[in-house]
Amino acid sequence: MSLNDRKYHDLEALALRVREHIIKMSTDGGCFIGASLSCTDLLVYLYSNVLHVSPSRVDDPNRDYLLLSKGHDVPALYGTLAELGFIERSRLANHLKTNDSIYWHPNRAIAGIEFHSGSLGHLLSVAIGIALDIKLRGGTNRVFVILGDGELNEGSIWEALLVAASKKLDNLVAIVDRNGFQANVPTEELSPLEPLAPKFEAFGWSTKRINGHDFEQMEDAFASFDLGRPSVVIADTIRGKGLPSIEARADRWFVNFSHDEVEQLLEELHGGRTTALTSETLMVR
Amino acid sequence: MTFEEKLLELAISDDRIIVMTAENRAAIRNLPSKIGDRFIDVGIAEQTMIGAAAGLALRGRVPFVHALATFLTLRAFEFVRTDVGIGQLPVILVGGVPGFLSEANGPTHQAVEDISLMRGIPNMGVFCPADATELVDALPQIVASGKPFYIRYNACAPAAEHRMPFDLGKAEIYPSNAAADVADDITILTYGFLLGEALKAQTLLQADGFSTRIINMRTLSPIDENIIIDAADNSELLVTLEDHFQVGGLYSIVSEIIVREGVLSNVMSISLENRWFKPALLPDVLDYEGFTGEKIAERIRKRIAEDETMDDELFEDFYSLN
Repeated sequence: MSLNDRKYHDLEALALRVREHIIKMSTDGGCFIGASLSCTDLLVYLYSNVLHVSPSRVDDPNRDYLLLSKGHDVPALYGTLAELGFIERSRLANHLKTNDSIYWHPNRAIAGIEFHSGSLGHLLSVAIGIALDIKLRGGTNRVFVILGDGELNEGSIWEALLVAASKKLDNLVAIVDRNGFQANVPTEELSPLEPLAPKFEAFGWSTKRINGHDFEQMEDAFASFDLGRPSVVIADTIRGKGLPSIEARADRWFVNFSHDEVEQLLEELHGGRTTALTSETLMVR
Repeated sequence: MTFEEKLLELAISDDRIIVMTAENRAAIRNLPSKIGDRFIDVGIAEQTMIGAAAGLALRGRVPFVHALATFLTLRAFEFVRTDVGIGQLPVILVGGVPGFLSEANGPTHQAVEDISLMRGIPNMGVFCPADATELVDALPQIVASGKPFYIRYNACAPAAEHRMPFDLGKAEIYPSNAAADVADDITILTYGFLLGEALKAQTLLQADGFSTRIINMRTLSPIDENIIIDAADNSELLVTLEDHFQVGGLYSIVSEIIVREGVLSNVMSISLENRWFKPALLPDVLDYEGFTGEKIAERIRKRIAEDETMDDELFEDFYSLN
């Protein structure tokens, strides 16, 4: 084990547990597994090493905020919140059940969820409002927003990018989960986004591009942010990261696996053999 | 006191208040120099303005957001419904030049479905001031409500002295010339600047011998149901007068209430039926579309004459059958 491997061992172990939660949420109704697995490492890193927030500070006005704008990846956030003690781990078994309120998109009623989302292109604007208020009050806390790459199709994102730059919101950090896919097809086959970094730069944002599964690169990217302008971190990721049987596949967006497949996928996550998935459990919503 | 002066007064005494605009400064031109950073102009970006207002409200602020009524309620509708509505956040939407007040702008600027859209959002308040006085008087109660609110901005000079102070959720009555215990021939329910035209129609109709009551609804959500039910029970003809599509506005609200309550009533809608209005200067719009006091009175007289003819025919059918 190299020095860096040891340094990031705990983060990797945490990410593995979050991925287990995501896989367990992919049955009995299912979830958007691909997008959840692609942003898992980012969420684990941010909650462990960057965000000034904790289960006892969910209402503290001086906390850092994390908003999930592409809300369909919420199993990754619920898994992270459960592992870090914001909610009970056992509660995740209530996914999609009427005895709780954990559904396919974020619900603000659950501790640690800052705002509801699901309709794409909203939370960068909401984050601007939060960041403006923090500035008005002289606060030093930050607002982080996870955007999907497919979500960048929405015009409201580009409207918000202009506004955030005009207001010099250097307490605002957007993170693009650049997993290369939108619902049905690779992003570059529908509305090509590349070259992406120059677009953000041209809109007046401080722009970094990293591997979204590499904790060392995250450490560099999130160590400091430019003054006087908002920041974006474009994180190149792999849809379905951690499960070779679903990685980078266009038809692994929303899934509803059988219990047997879930067992096999959990083994696959821990280095077992690739799962043979039946087509009936793979859906495009 | 103007809307701007009242907003400044509120902002000075209550630091939760933030004034936002999507580059529509007509009603708030002098505020930037007076409230500093609490004046936020996002540029022509209605969606981002609403999202940001929701973010500010999450932090405890009460944002007043300004844009033309069409762009505020239509362009940004899903942001209003999803961020402010689902969030149940106290964002106050101020829509400029609603209804006929867009005058000669043309259909792109005609907010004539704004009430329908806003009242369709659970717990969204809808306030339609008759004039500048009512607009200003209501603001403290709207802020105090803690609810999301849509204000159909209207700063016209008052057409008549108000008879009742503003009380959120309560309508204002301009009684007829009939004795208190006698049912009225006509009740006109209206809101916004059309109150002035309704009052002119009242004078004309009463000169013709029709006792006519005018009700200024003030808020369409919450709505003063009791006053509507009383009018339906105690008027020969109930008229809803509005510069809005017939679908989803006051006529719809009244219909929902009287059907639910099982109150039989003869209801006439004076509204825009399935079309946009002729763009022109306001007096010409009112004349062309039949919304001046004179034309309103004429339309009501015609309706009464038709009802009477119909009644006569029904009687004739009845007697010929027997």
